[in-house]
Amino acid sequence: MPKPDSLQGSLDLLVLKILSRRPRVHGYAIMTAIQEMSGEVLRAEEGSLYPALHRMEEAGWIRAEWITKDTGRRARLYELTAAGRKQLAAEESRWRAVTSAVNRVLRMA
Amino acid sequence: MSLWSRFANVFRGDRLSDEIDEELQSHIQEAIEQGRDPVEVRKAFGSALRQRDESRDVRAIAWLDALRTDAVFGWRQLRKKKVTSAAAILSLALAIGACTSAFRLIDALLLRPLPVADPEQLYALSRREIFFDGTPQTFDGWAYPAFRLMRAAVKHQAELIAISYAERMDLTYKSDQEMEKAYLQYVSGWMFSSFGLRPALGRLFTESDDLQPGAHPYAVISYDYWRRHFGQDPKVIGRSFQMGNRLYEIVGVAEEGFSGTEPGTMIDIFIPTMMNAAVERSDSTWIRTLARLKPGVGVEPVRAKLNATSLAFEQERAKGFTGMPKQSIDNWLKQTVFLEPAGSGTSDLQNEYRRSLAALAVLVALVLLIACANVANLMTAQAAARAREMALRVSIGAGRWRLVQLVLVESAWLAFLAAAIAALVAWWSAPFVVTMINPPDNPARLSLPADWRVLGFGLILTIGVTFLFGLTPALRASAVKPASALKGGEDPHSRRRMMHALIAVQVAFCFLVLFVAGLFVATFDRLSNQPTGFSAERLLTLETVTERAQLPVFWDQVAEHLRTVPGVETVAVASRALLGGYSSNNSVSINGAPPTDVLAYFLHVSPGWVDAMSIPFVDGRDFRASDTSPGVAIVSEAFAKQFFNGENPVGKSFEEATDEGKRIRFQIVGLVRDARYRDIRGPMLPVAYFPFHSIDAIGRGTFIVRTSSLNPLVLASILRREVARARPEFRVSNIRTQAELVRAQTIRERLLAMLALFFAAAALLLAGIGLYGVLDYSVLQRRREIGIRMAIGAQAGDIARRVTAEIFSMVFVGAIAGLALGMTSVRYIETLFYQVKATDLPMLALPSLTMFAAALLASLPAIIRAVRIDPATILRAE
Repeated sequence: MPKPDSLQGSLDLLVLKILSRRPRVHGYAIMTAIQEMSGEVLRAEEGSLYPALHRMEEAGWIRAEWITKDTGRRARLYELTAAGRKQLAAEESRWRAVTSAVNRVLRMA
Repeated sequence: MSLWSRFANVFRGDRLSDEIDEELQSHIQEAIEQGRDPVEVRKAFGSALRQRDESRDVRAIAWLDALRTDAVFGWRQLRKKKVTSAAAILSLALAIGACTSAFRLIDALLLRPLPVADPEQLYALSRREIFFDGTPQTFDGWAYPAFRLMRAAVKHQAELIAISYAERMDLTYKSDQEMEKAYLQYVSGWMFSSFGLRPALGRLFTESDDLQPGAHPYAVISYDYWRRHFGQDPKVIGRSFQMGNRLYEIVGVAEEGFSGTEPGTMIDIFIPTMMNAAVERSDSTWIRTLARLKPGVGVEPVRAKLNATSLAFEQERAKGFTGMPKQSIDNWLKQTVFLEPAGSGTSDLQNEYRRSLAALAVLVALVLLIACANVANLMTAQAAARAREMALRVSIGAGRWRLVQLVLVESAWLAFLAAAIAALVAWWSAPFVVTMINPPDNPARLSLPADWRVLGFGLILTIGVTFLFGLTPALRASAVKPASALKGGEDPHSRRRMMHALIAVQVAFCFLVLFVAGLFVATFDRLSNQPTGFSAERLLTLETVTERAQLPVFWDQVAEHLRTVPGVETVAVASRALLGGYSSNNSVSINGAPPTDVLAYFLHVSPGWVDAMSIPFVDGRDFRASDTSPGVAIVSEAFAKQFFNGENPVGKSFEEATDEGKRIRFQIVGLVRDARYRDIRGPMLPVAYFPFHSIDAIGRGTFIVRTSSLNPLVLASILRREVARARPEFRVSNIRTQAELVRAQTIRERLLAMLALFFAAAALLLAGIGLYGVLDYSVLQRRREIGIRMAIGAQAGDIARRVTAEIFSMVFVGAIAGLALGMTSVRYIETLFYQVKATDLPMLALPSLTMFAAALLASLPAIIRAVRIDPATILRAE
């Protein structure tokens, strides 16, 4: 049985998309957002989410900042950069090209 | 930005890990607040450690991070073994420091390009010729008229520049009483523009400053002189100084960094060539000629043109040599001009020290290799002790490269710490060596900047050294096989074999250093024990000049006045001091025969001079006050042997034969023993002494004063004042003790002997420490075997032999190799030796004995340790 969270390399796309809608959210919120918006179908695992976030931060697509919450606990909030916006557009069009190609194959076969 | 943050994150170390942890914790907290099951959430994260590592690799440069970890670990390793680390660092520091020092000297003197435009297009002109006395020589001096012809001949292919030999001149900015000395060079007016130099202040010369003889009394001073002498005062422009009987006006300060073209002498003042009195003379060779080739011009066509022009000039000039044998003129005219690259300048110091510095560089390199071998052995022994640690690292997944890196980083720590100390050594020692070149009153001045060239050399050397001593131990450590290492080690002998080979290499190099040092020391010893033929004890020489040439009787008056000064025993006067670096010579003719090929050397001396110098009379008499020159002469035994077949020449006569064909007759009234005239090498020269009293007035002489005090210099300032008091036209230009002049003859040999001896001691010490270390290690490693042997009844002598046999055969092999190396390499530096041959038995025996004595001494502690092993303790410990 395929795991429901196997995002097949589209984790970056999802994270960027979510950040483009909601600026300044922390890792847990991104995770739950993916879960809710996909109707509980997709699930980003913690083990891959954080390395992905850190990688994209180093690539300059997103930037992070520490804030102190009312509870006194610190949280790390992420937001999209200009480079990230460009990257999102590229990823989106790549995704569309791939899905439409896959759909065509499904129709023809 | 991103690369920088990854780079920076490497050094944020624990803070980075903490940050990652905190973020993950905050995530878990959030999840729990949302009502998730804490256990399930934690499980979802998996191993926190792995998570952190993965994120860390993303956020920091992985390899740099690993390097940082290794560096920290290596530092802890070094701190753990303070004594051995300190020994390794100090021995490396000494060796690296000596190497860097040697590089600084060689670079400054021989390699560094002059700070001028396109130095690689600069060539120096010299001639190979057979001199009149039959000896072949190369000579880079030119007469100005010849230079002018050559410049015109090649003006489309090259620009020729005339630059005089640097001279130390007397000049004054105020009154005659405040004379000072400065290094001065006559240069072509177009030199500065041709070199692409700009003025720091005022203006530099142009071609129009160098047109008419005597018509351009201007001076450009060097930036260094401006700073030292004038404190960078901008009002220096327009000031004037007196030199000889002329005033010169300072018109400019040259670009910073340019101090002439003679490495070893920093020029203070430049003056146009037209101001030199000899500028119109064809027989005075007082300039060097530099050629700057135009782009695209080959060397050979220019050389051929210069050769033809120079030869035509000399052929024309030789027509006037009526007094010389035709054969020697013909030989002399077979001269050829050649061009040598002069991008690094050209100076006598370069020629004199090129070979010596090369020899010293080889010695320091050998010392460095010995030190490297030491540290390599040390690291190998340590690697043996750490075999288990390495095996453990391999078993938990460390890669081979990672282990190599670990050990190399530790080596780099040693090398770079050593380099830091070495920098201090080099900082201090290079200028110190320079001050020892030349006599103390006239030290060589070499610009020794610590710039990127020196730093680059030091860096490359340090990295090279790291790999030299660190790579083999690193590769060995990484090749560890965990299974066998954890079981207690595999072939323990392979490690020892490598250490023994390194011992042989060390001994070979050490032997070579000792051998060469012995030759240098013996050379210095022989040379400084050369009899000079006179006594320099308590003698002071006062080089004196007069405003205008003065009649001999006035010179007598000054001498007479000096005799009244308390503390003065004897006073005499001569044209120059013996061994003062001056000579005057000519052919002579006996009984009207043709002039001799062999030259006689001349010196004008006053009555009493021969006695003042303690040169014994063989026959005849001293000069009298009434004797004048030309007229009578006193000759040396070498003169009698050369020109009178060894017969007593007193009462006979000879003629001085000048180049122009004049004959001047002298009657010999005295015969004296030989005394060193020009230098203390080579055979005694045939010398004829003439009376100081001549028909002409005299503008320059040297008073010889024997003082009653053992240190004649205490009278120096009094005598300087008294000379001027006796007659105001007289002025002392230079005071030196005669002993100093004798010592100056052996400066290079003293320097070589001293430095070589120092390096020999360093090499011996390092090789001894190395030997001790390896022996000690091998005893430690074999203590079980030794214990068993003793338990079953081996004698102490037997044990000692067993422990040392292998090492001593290595020492023997090394010594033989060193000897072979020495015999083959020593011929490259043969010219630096004096009356010493590499094949002399003592020269071979001394280093051999020293080497073996040191080896014995170094092995004693280990032997004692071996025979003191208590079998019971050792066997029980197992």
